[in-house]
Amino acid sequence: MEPVLDLRGITKRFPGVLANDHISIDLMQGEIHALLGENGAGKTTLMNILYGLYKPDEGDIFVKGQKLTIDTPNDAIKAGVGMVHQHFMLIPVFTVTENIMLGDEYLKPGGFLDRKKAAARIREISQQYNLQVEPDAYVKDLPVGIQQRVEIIKLLFRNADILILDEPTAVLTPQEVDELFNIMKKLVEQGKSIILITHKLREVMEFADRTTVIRGGKVIGTAKQSETNQFELAAMMVGRQIELNIDKKTAETKDVVLDVKNLKVLDTHHQVAVANVSFEVRAGEVLGIAGVQGNGQTELVRALTGLTHPVEGKIHLLERDITHAPVKQITELGTAHIPEDRQKDGLVMTYSIEDNLILNTWYKAPFTRNVILQRKVILDNAQQLVSNFDIRTPSALTATSHLSGGNQQKVIVAREFSRPIKLLVASQPTRGLDVGSIEYIHRRIIEKRDDGCAVLLVSTELDEIMQLSDRVAVMYRGQILAIVDPKTTSREEIGLLMAGVVPEAH
Amino acid sequence: MTQSNATVLKSYEYISPTRRTVMGIIFLALALGIWALFSRTVTPEMQTTFSLYPGGSSVVVPDWVFPTQPMLNVLAFAGALLGAYQLARGFGRQTNTILGVVSALFIFGFLAWGASGSSLNLAGLLKVAVVRAVPLVLGAFSGILCERSGVFNIAIEGMMLTAAFCAALFGSLVNIWFGLFIAILTGGVMALALAVLAIKYKVDQIIAGTVINIFATGITSFLSAKFLQRYGDLNDSGRFGTWDVPVLSKIPFIGPVFFSHNLFIYAMFIFVILLTVALFYTQWGLRTRAVGEHPKAADTLGINVNRTRYISVVLGGMMAGFAGAYFVLGSVGRFDEVMTAGRGFVGLAAMIFGNWNPIGSLGAGMLFGFADSLASKLAILKVPIPNKFLEMGPYIITMIVLAGVVGRGQPPAAGGKPYEKE
Ligand SMILES: Nc1ncnc2c1ncn2[C@@H]1O[C@H](COP(=O)(O)OP(=O)(O)OP(=O)(O)O)[C@@H](O)[C@H]1O
Ligand SMILES: [Mg+2]
Repeated sequence: MEPVLDLRGITKRFPGVLANDHISIDLMQGEIHALLGENGAGKTTLMNILYGLYKPDEGDIFVKGQKLTIDTPNDAIKAGVGMVHQHFMLIPVFTVTENIMLGDEYLKPGGFLDRKKAAARIREISQQYNLQVEPDAYVKDLPVGIQQRVEIIKLLFRNADILILDEPTAVLTPQEVDELFNIMKKLVEQGKSIILITHKLREVMEFADRTTVIRGGKVIGTAKQSETNQFELAAMMVGRQIELNIDKKTAETKDVVLDVKNLKVLDTHHQVAVANVSFEVRAGEVLGIAGVQGNGQTELVRALTGLTHPVEGKIHLLERDITHAPVKQITELGTAHIPEDRQKDGLVMTYSIEDNLILNTWYKAPFTRNVILQRKVILDNAQQLVSNFDIRTPSALTATSHLSGGNQQKVIVAREFSRPIKLLVASQPTRGLDVGSIEYIHRRIIEKRDDGCAVLLVSTELDEIMQLSDRVAVMYRGQILAIVDPKTTSREEIGLLMAGVVPEAH
Repeated sequence: MTQSNATVLKSYEYISPTRRTVMGIIFLALALGIWALFSRTVTPEMQTTFSLYPGGSSVVVPDWVFPTQPMLNVLAFAGALLGAYQLARGFGRQTNTILGVVSALFIFGFLAWGASGSSLNLAGLLKVAVVRAVPLVLGAFSGILCERSGVFNIAIEGMMLTAAFCAALFGSLVNIWFGLFIAILTGGVMALALAVLAIKYKVDQIIAGTVINIFATGITSFLSAKFLQRYGDLNDSGRFGTWDVPVLSKIPFIGPVFFSHNLFIYAMFIFVILLTVALFYTQWGLRTRAVGEHPKAADTLGINVNRTRYISVVLGGMMAGFAGAYFVLGSVGRFDEVMTAGRGFVGLAAMIFGNWNPIGSLGAGMLFGFADSLASKLAILKVPIPNKFLEMGPYIITMIVLAGVVGRGQPPAAGGKPYEKE
């Protein structure tokens, strides 16, 4: 059978990086083909080339046996290629309908938009593939899971039959991931073909038909699902054996570092997001906050780090009241924050890596002496951290916007871990990272814990929570339903708590 | 799905409790102002006369005469009621509208007080307000066209000035229609220059705009001093005459205020409709706004970001050129140095005040125009405020408005940022 898509010898160079080095892959009709690779391996670059956003330096693209030059996204759309981007391409102030029909508008005579007809078509697609959306809702009011459906409908609206999904599951809750894969199955049944980029080996093993592993811009190999396993894929990807489980000592807890009492926080819509939450975190322990996304974790973290202020309750850090303290003071007291939305709250995307690494220490010695920034010290610091934290970049002076998603995350982690801290608030610290980097960051978190740092880990990945936490608090609808010991509590029990089911008291 | 339907609250419907209270206090303060500043300072037997007939038109309406103090008391009471309701329940989404109503009460009270014991031509005041609004509103439309596509254009002032110069020169040499045509062309060409700098060479848009403004002031002043002021024939374009709209201009009061003007005023009202429809109901508008909000998203859907921006900026420049022509062909019939006097910038303020919306900008421009007209009228009345302070009125309003009394607007998200593909 002839492949619907065949990429041959694609090469792409960026200043100082060979992002794609003669990559060849093919995609069969009705297939889910997974692309696996470390952060910065070149997956997104390859897909952007296929989608006409970047021009390849070498190589050919064949769609259904025909050689095509794809210079613009328009060419790709015409060839039936559609892409859901790693960072969504939606316009928040537009409605779902407007976002979907943009560029392929339904018109009434005279050039006027026919929103009704477009909305009808959207409803039709919704029905056919079981992708529920409300066509008249504004995108800014939708949770990410729904936004992703909008992205997928965008492709189907244009009758794309080759779908590229770039890390679609990174921001989804487990339920949403299951829904997404049901949708994908449905799409494949209807004759679509899918390229799936993900870092999650479980998803690859469960859902893909074939997997291609890319490392350092080169194809390492392609394997059928039936002929491989997680460990083999992980090793291919990173080039060494990976321990998917890390072992840690039992925690030696000391004094209370963070003390939260009866906290109430409102979200941006002024609704109660965190209701009457109390807990404490001690030096030397990891308190994991489990919960389905959108149950108040975001607002809790924002209140703890000073990005918003609670309407009721008290927060004490090392016995000091920081309930209404400004961010700078909280930072200086020794709080490190790995934010959930790295591009919005974690980095200045147009700044170099070097400058992003000193965002919260730039005014201090040794980075500033007598009001003057010490560029040499700053650069040395950056080079040190780039190599310690294995940030894949041509240089420490590269703008962070040019880094791959996972490497952007590493810049934040490097910055926060490289100063003396008493409390680490980590929100989705490994979102979008490859297995090697996850292993690395997990180790560093445990290391911090063993050094006597208090760690508050917020994650929607139950595996991550179970592995790292000494105690697990489950959040549901703004409240902490229970704080349990992960060693004596099963995944299922925590899963039930996450769904709001509290076991009967015995 | 549970998340999608029920719990989604539209963010724009929300008014914070603080804002509600502050607004309530402002309403009450204005009501108190009417009573304390105006009502208590007039004697009970004083009368106010408002003329509702601006002169010159065919429908004569009798003057409106009323006793000053009772009227002021009614106004103060109405304002206080609105303030009390705002504090107790709140007007929700209508808060800004009510702010407008209360401000109108205050201004009306001020006029009644200022004209007590004498008479004020209310119709004339409003008619002039409409006229004064024209360059501001057209300037705001120019800004909307550019900024909705993501390009800041602070060179509207310079484009207007240069266009005014060309309108005078070519209006004198050929005829006013040709002058108008060249003025629009001039605006378009200057905007193209801005677009090339901003889009192709990715020059900082504020700097590019400033450069154009300085250039415009310099070249028009120089050429004007050298030629137009010296040879009177080159600076005598004439202007568009007044045209009464059939039927509508016969409506008492409304007719002469709105329907007895020249081309530029009617154009302003037509453009507000055209622009609203174009921006929000056509393919072009959807794409233009998309490019101004999130160019990368537009690009991934096959929209040519830079071409869309070029088109919008040039259209915006043509609008600025048209606005510039007004100063000569719609107003005084000749060119004077720096005659635009900052109207382009006030137009930008009207755009922001109007939240990048044509209708909002029209309202804002009218408000500024009214302040302008009022300042000149009051100079004639016996109001004990120095003239120079009255002239500051429009600008003070602009600043207060921009400082956010009206609440924060929502500018296009990608404004001012050049689009980079890789
Ligand atoms: N616009 C750009 N300019 C310069 N370098 C770039 C640009 N985009 C990507 N790169 C570089 O190309 C390499 C590949 O990046 P790419 O985004 O394709 O990685 P990825 O495999 O998608 O990683 P991740 O899993 O972290 O998203 C990286 O080293 C990155 O720094
Ligand atoms: Mg990527």
